[in-house]
Amino acid sequence: MAVTTCFNEMYEKGRVRPPYRQLEDWTRAMPAELREMKQAEAEALFRRIGITFAVYGEGGDPDRLIPFDMFPRVFTAREWARLERGIKQRARALNAFLADVYGRGEIVRAGRIPGRLVHRNAAYEKSVVGFTPPKGVYSHVVGIDLVRTGPDEFFVLEDNCRTPSGVSYMLENREIMMRMFPELFRENRIEPVDSYPEKLRRTLASVAPLKCEREPTVVLLTPGHFNAAYYEHSFLADLMGVELVEGADLFVEGEFLYMRTTEGPKRVDVIYRRIDDAYVDPLCFRPDSMLGVPGLMDVYRSGGVTICSAPGAGVADDKAVYTFVPEMIRFYLGEEPLLNNVPTWQCGKEADLSHVLAHLPELVVKEVHGSGGYGMLVGPKSTREQIEAFRARIEADPDNYIAQPTLALSTTPTFVNEGIAPRHVDLRPYCLVGERIELVPGGLTRVALTEGSLVVNSSQGGGVKDTWVLAE
Amino acid sequence: MLSRTADNLYWIARYMERAETMARLLEVGARMSLLPSAHGYRNEWDSLLQASGTAGGYAQKYGQAHQRDIESYLFFDLDNPSSVASCIGKARENARIVRTALTAQVWDAINTAYQELRALEKSPRDKLELSRLIDWTMNKAAIIRGSIDTTQLRNDGWDFLNLGYYLERSDNTARLMDVKYYVLLPRVEFVGSGMDNYQWATLLRATSAHRAFHWAYGGEVTARKIADFLILNGQCPRSLTNCIEGVCTHLKRLEKAYGRPSRPSEVAETIAAELAALSVEEIIEEGLHEFLSRFILEAANLSGVIFETYLSGDVR
Amino acid sequence: MILTVDHVTCYRYNRPARALVQSHRLMPSNCAGQRVLNWTVTVTDGIAGGTFRDGAGDWIQGWTVPGPVSEVTVAVRGAVETSDQAGVLRGHRELTPPDCYLRSTPVTRADAALTALAAEAGGAGEALDRAHRLADLVADAIAYEPGVTEAHTTAAEALKLGRGVCQDHAHALIAVARAAGLPARYVSGYLFTEAGRDHEAAHAWAEVWVHGLGWVGFDAANRCCPDDRYIRLGSGLDAADAAPIRGIARGHGIERLEVQVAVQAVQQ
Repeated sequence: MAVTTCFNEMYEKGRVRPPYRQLEDWTRAMPAELREMKQAEAEALFRRIGITFAVYGEGGDPDRLIPFDMFPRVFTAREWARLERGIKQRARALNAFLADVYGRGEIVRAGRIPGRLVHRNAAYEKSVVGFTPPKGVYSHVVGIDLVRTGPDEFFVLEDNCRTPSGVSYMLENREIMMRMFPELFRENRIEPVDSYPEKLRRTLASVAPLKCEREPTVVLLTPGHFNAAYYEHSFLADLMGVELVEGADLFVEGEFLYMRTTEGPKRVDVIYRRIDDAYVDPLCFRPDSMLGVPGLMDVYRSGGVTICSAPGAGVADDKAVYTFVPEMIRFYLGEEPLLNNVPTWQCGKEADLSHVLAHLPELVVKEVHGSGGYGMLVGPKSTREQIEAFRARIEADPDNYIAQPTLALSTTPTFVNEGIAPRHVDLRPYCLVGERIELVPGGLTRVALTEGSLVVNSSQGGGVKDTWVLAE
Repeated sequence: MLSRTADNLYWIARYMERAETMARLLEVGARMSLLPSAHGYRNEWDSLLQASGTAGGYAQKYGQAHQRDIESYLFFDLDNPSSVASCIGKARENARIVRTALTAQVWDAINTAYQELRALEKSPRDKLELSRLIDWTMNKAAIIRGSIDTTQLRNDGWDFLNLGYYLERSDNTARLMDVKYYVLLPRVEFVGSGMDNYQWATLLRATSAHRAFHWAYGGEVTARKIADFLILNGQCPRSLTNCIEGVCTHLKRLEKAYGRPSRPSEVAETIAAELAALSVEEIIEEGLHEFLSRFILEAANLSGVIFETYLSGDVR
Repeated sequence: MILTVDHVTCYRYNRPARALVQSHRLMPSNCAGQRVLNWTVTVTDGIAGGTFRDGAGDWIQGWTVPGPVSEVTVAVRGAVETSDQAGVLRGHRELTPPDCYLRSTPVTRADAALTALAAEAGGAGEALDRAHRLADLVADAIAYEPGVTEAHTTAAEALKLGRGVCQDHAHALIAVARAAGLPARYVSGYLFTEAGRDHEAAHAWAEVWVHGLGWVGFDAANRCCPDDRYIRLGSGLDAADAAPIRGIARGHGIERLEVQVAVQAVQQ
């Protein structure tokens, strides 16, 4: 697959594809000065509401904005319906996998996935083996990263089963678009996304522990205001109408978890946590953690509180386990996968490794446990020196790397300095799993703003777009 | 409400009130530097540092008192925990943590003050008139206070904001008076003599009460009148009586909202009752300094009880 | 044999703690080699949390003590009927996959010397024989001597010293077994000894996974496999992971710890 012949979501063979027709008129009618004015207005709005994104370990301005591109990305109802089925199928299979590997371990026993990849995985949490969380759900918010290569070709790039971030951008991008271009929303029938916070709250409340006999109290647990995603945490807590808590606001007493309020202790039933497993409970995991709550894991495992996502859920979104998700779908659901994986070579396998090392300039190589676009090599975009340096890293620790072909990511029109130009995009929808499985019609579209770039991560200079699903 | 949230709100208010007090002090300083002085230039600036409670920190960093250094120290210096910049920075940090407990207007007001402050910090110092900095601070403080008053929901969060304002203000007023008494007027036989007229006026200026005082009392400025005005007069917005009454009001609201009697309310009522029963003669008899020291201690104790009861999260 | 246990741990704080939270693995599970006759755990002024059995089959219970508190006593008393199973853990209900115990931890990481020791046992033969050889090698390499190592001593350090206590033997055996590709884990429990050596009453040993047989205990410190003198409390990747009591006190005080353990055989 060559990068140059990628699929343009707006123009196909010189013609505008139907979902983008209105937008073409819209852009034609917008002079450059107006566009610049609107762009400045959008930026001011973002800065005012305080959406900023601090990048870990990069220093710099902690109040940096993620660039917002005003040109929306559009899906038809038909396209979305297909994606939705595929995403829900995947979310079900991932949860079934987690229930299995922390329970009877059938998939390993059946030889469909090597036990080594699961049980020796750093994300496999021995302490929750044998414990079944309420409703059997482990990953309550599944973020599936998708890329598109053609009109009907979608690939899953990776799964995020722990605490996928970015959903606040999905909501804020829409809010800002509606404020700035109300006419667009009158002319197009766009499915709303603003029910997401309420759906998330309902999902969380639906997995309250059995011991909870009243309306469950849900809280959002954040590492604190120094965290890069703090804005999102406070935004979501506010829209859900739940308390935003830090570890020190919570304490365990007897069989239950409580939060410290001005009126005394208040029992907490469900924690939507945005901190890593290692920081949940210093008694169980890292004794040096100041972020977690001592004794929380005992309360969790004895059914006094639900933690979302379940500690240990990360073993399902590991890049090495990723290869086996189609297998999970067949094994647990007896269905054929509706969404394909990107073909993946595992450097830990002898045969795959030699293929990867022989084709580095064509491949994308990723660290198994890396995220956020760090520790990866994009072969076609790298210099010979970069490739050779990466080769040495792979050879030193092959198990730690996987490789994939460089996909011809689709592009959508994007406002750039010179006007409008195609830029590569991906998509992260957020699937909610509780008593029911739900997906709001939309997601976060990330766009690589540099011409030709395939890296859409906000930490690497990517931007975001509003994502539309047109009503039938 | 989470105890930590209440604590953050309380401190937003304390820091903003403190920033405003610093600006008032700077105004006094600027004014004094234009006037001839019986005690000499240095003494006046020293007294400012004393009044702001930052004399130790300043001496360590700069040694000698120089107007420019003092201005920088009281306004911009982040090493000075009470500087205007420190206070606004901390108020904004607290606000960021409890963003969702504040209205968009309040957040906007605090955040704008902070962003403008950062811009001011980048401007060359010799381009910044002190008077402009002072006006800017008073203006920002007023906008923040106003947006709290007009937009915040009248819930427990509003009470914690107000508790912060009133407690900080009572502490600042008491300290200003105490410093005036000891530093500006070191010789006991001067008390009540009315001889050092403009220095007393200085104190009134520092509490933005110059004009109001003359309306209320008229005639010569005496220590007795000032003590009455700043301690006992319920019409004076910064008087101790007024501050403690504000504290009582908000503690009572909390008791009602939470449906249980509280210790802070009991303690505050005791202080209020004591102030109500006092005459200015009794205060002078006890000794102004003795009285103020006792008040500062009682107010600190009240803050402690409020912390234990509502803010620490340890209450059962 | 019927063994009685009297295990008292006392925590004292020079400045009162605001609260204390503990997680206990202090209740033996029933299995082929042991049957609990009676057993109680008490914590002074403590509030008991929920009790549950974890994936490794161990009973876990959380406790909290609201502060301010300056002294907390955890008392374990009970009786267990034991029988000799030649070290094999039978009838123990657990779900944790054995290959989880191939992961190393900082204290059980095999350095060059431990890896070499593992190689000495050779790769040939039945897993059970290899495990025995490894246990013997560890017993030979580390002499029993209290007081030279401490709680955080690693397996590698103990081997270098050539001396240590049961914890060091267990860590070293775990390290070499894992290096040899055998899943291994740390077991904490109690040991009845005729002749005193009281400090061994709170004891620790290792279990090695032998395919086809299951988990088999090895007490390298005493050059034997656990028999009816042993009471098994729980297991983990290393001593910290298998600790009978884990706790955190909120406060700035310094903690002083006093432990007394007595294990006795009931005359029948």
